Amino acid sequence: MGMTITEKILAHHAGATGVEPNDLISVSPDLVLSNDVSAPMAIAEMKKIRNCAVHDKASIVMVMDHFTPCANTKAANNCKLCRDFARENGIENFFDVGSMGVEHALLPEQGLVSPGDLIIGGDSHTCTYGALGAFSTGVGSTDIAACMATGNVWLKVPANIKFIYTGTMREFVTGKDLILATIKKTGVDGCLYKAMEFTGEAIDRLSLDERYTMCNMAIEAGAKNGIIAPDQITREFAEIACKRAPRYYASDADATYEDCVEISVSDLAPQVAFPHLPENGRDVGEGSAISIDQVVIGSCTNGRLSDLRLAAKILKGKKVHPYVRAIVIPATQQIYRDAMDEGLITTFLEAGAAVSKPTCGPCFGGHMGTLAAGERCVSTTNRNFIGRMGDPASEVYLANPAVAAASAVRGRIADPSEVFHE
Amino acid sequence: MSKAFIFGNNVDTDVILPGSYLNLSRPEDLAKVCMEGFEKGFASRISRGDIFVAGSNFGCGSSREHAPLSIRAAGVSAIIAISFSRIFYRNAINIGLPIIESREAVARIEAGDEVGVDVHTGIIHNVTKNEEFRTKPFPKFIIGIIEAGGMINHINRDHSFQE
Repeated sequence: MGMTITEKILAHHAGATGVEPNDLISVSPDLVLSNDVSAPMAIAEMKKIRNCAVHDKASIVMVMDHFTPCANTKAANNCKLCRDFARENGIENFFDVGSMGVEHALLPEQGLVSPGDLIIGGDSHTCTYGALGAFSTGVGSTDIAACMATGNVWLKVPANIKFIYTGTMREFVTGKDLILATIKKTGVDGCLYKAMEFTGEAIDRLSLDERYTMCNMAIEAGAKNGIIAPDQITREFAEIACKRAPRYYASDADATYEDCVEISVSDLAPQVAFPHLPENGRDVGEGSAISIDQVVIGSCTNGRLSDLRLAAKILKGKKVHPYVRAIVIPATQQIYRDAMDEGLITTFLEAGAAVSKPTCGPCFGGHMGTLAAGERCVSTTNRNFIGRMGDPASEVYLANPAVAAASAVRGRIADPSEVFHE
Repeated sequence: MSKAFIFGNNVDTDVILPGSYLNLSRPEDLAKVCMEGFEKGFASRISRGDIFVAGSNFGCGSSREHAPLSIRAAGVSAIIAISFSRIFYRNAINIGLPIIESREAVARIEAGDEVGVDVHTGIIHNVTKNEEFRTKPFPKFIIGIIEAGGMINHINRDHSFQE
């Protein structure tokens, strides 16, 4: 019987010839990722293990990205704990202020993720790397601790759901809109415990950056992982960037899927997910009466170079509305530098937007853009739960970078084509 | 006396443990802010042994282990829900917090009911209503983790991950 790409990667890492949904397997991940939120707890748990030692320091990656540059003394103490652990154990892939970036943008950029890898991370958006044809999933701190010490983690093999995207996307419709439209269809628990496999002609034409965005938000449908089989676009990236030898897998023609969902993208408008769930996607036009106080363009979902280019395309020669704070956050130092070289940073500054160094800060209400009661924010991030970006009485509207930029200019939720073509 | 608290669908990790508290890690600190995004000061209403009962997709969102830790530290002895988000599910097991899926039990249990949970048999007992709900018991190795009080103790007992 045929296998899906997810099943093939899991089987390889379990040392098995095949796996089936619901099998409990023990696997050795290629990478174990954690950050300044999940690592301190993982390190504390790991130290409780008898004869505790790092199993394989080369497989460990730590990124200080959530509360950095440290927002307060608690965060500073947490980062110091991680830093000390990394130095004591000779962890080379430790990324601190100056080299760090938002982890899920940083790891592929650093060549740390290869097609065919199995990666676990102490961050729910670890599923991002499915864009490269890798299996990656989020776990908690205890799993990270156990895996750093033993080199193994237990997984239940997920059932697979295939999504087929047909047609051609309109101007200013992006991978973000495809995934918001998908979550609207499935609901936030529609893919609970499952593997989401994204296929079809619209996916074939998506840039790698947009594929990251799609796989990044698989968790918002409840999925274990999101994945896109490698193609020429993946191979071109892997040949230049990836440090570990890639293994290219594809799903067999007779692989088993629990469900198959077709989505036509030709008539799709830019999507905005209304509060307080990512499944509340609506056409951008439905939000035109909603005034806003803040815009955030960045994060592991939409803080990559092509996202900044898209935002700059809208903001070029325009001004951010006087009642709006627009915050642009390049996801990594390299993206920041590239954006500077291309003149994007100047465009943002001239428009009256603030440009921050890389951080996850505002996305989870940590720092660098926390919302007050009654405030509304259009954000290119991934969650709009109650209180996600600050006060429980604030509201988050999720959108792509073009919608966010257009909304910053108008002071209300706005269609990017209306602003761009005015 | 294990009294039940009732919650709806999609109770997310930002409601259970808001992001601004993510640089706390001591159980006693996390206990005080458990469900702070749901209702300010909610934790003070929880007594040791109480049970959470919720709809579908409980614990969706972040991978923060702070969320189940805060629930356990606040004194909650088990969570019954129609379904759990998968990372929350793992995290709860890994810290030894029993969680059970049962649509039937969730439909019948009311706020304040006294409820008992047996992890070995998968049986939920509503003492107040004198009703019993049978669920599929956990696989043996997961019971092993919960019984040990979590994954780390389980590793220290020299058990492998596999059954």
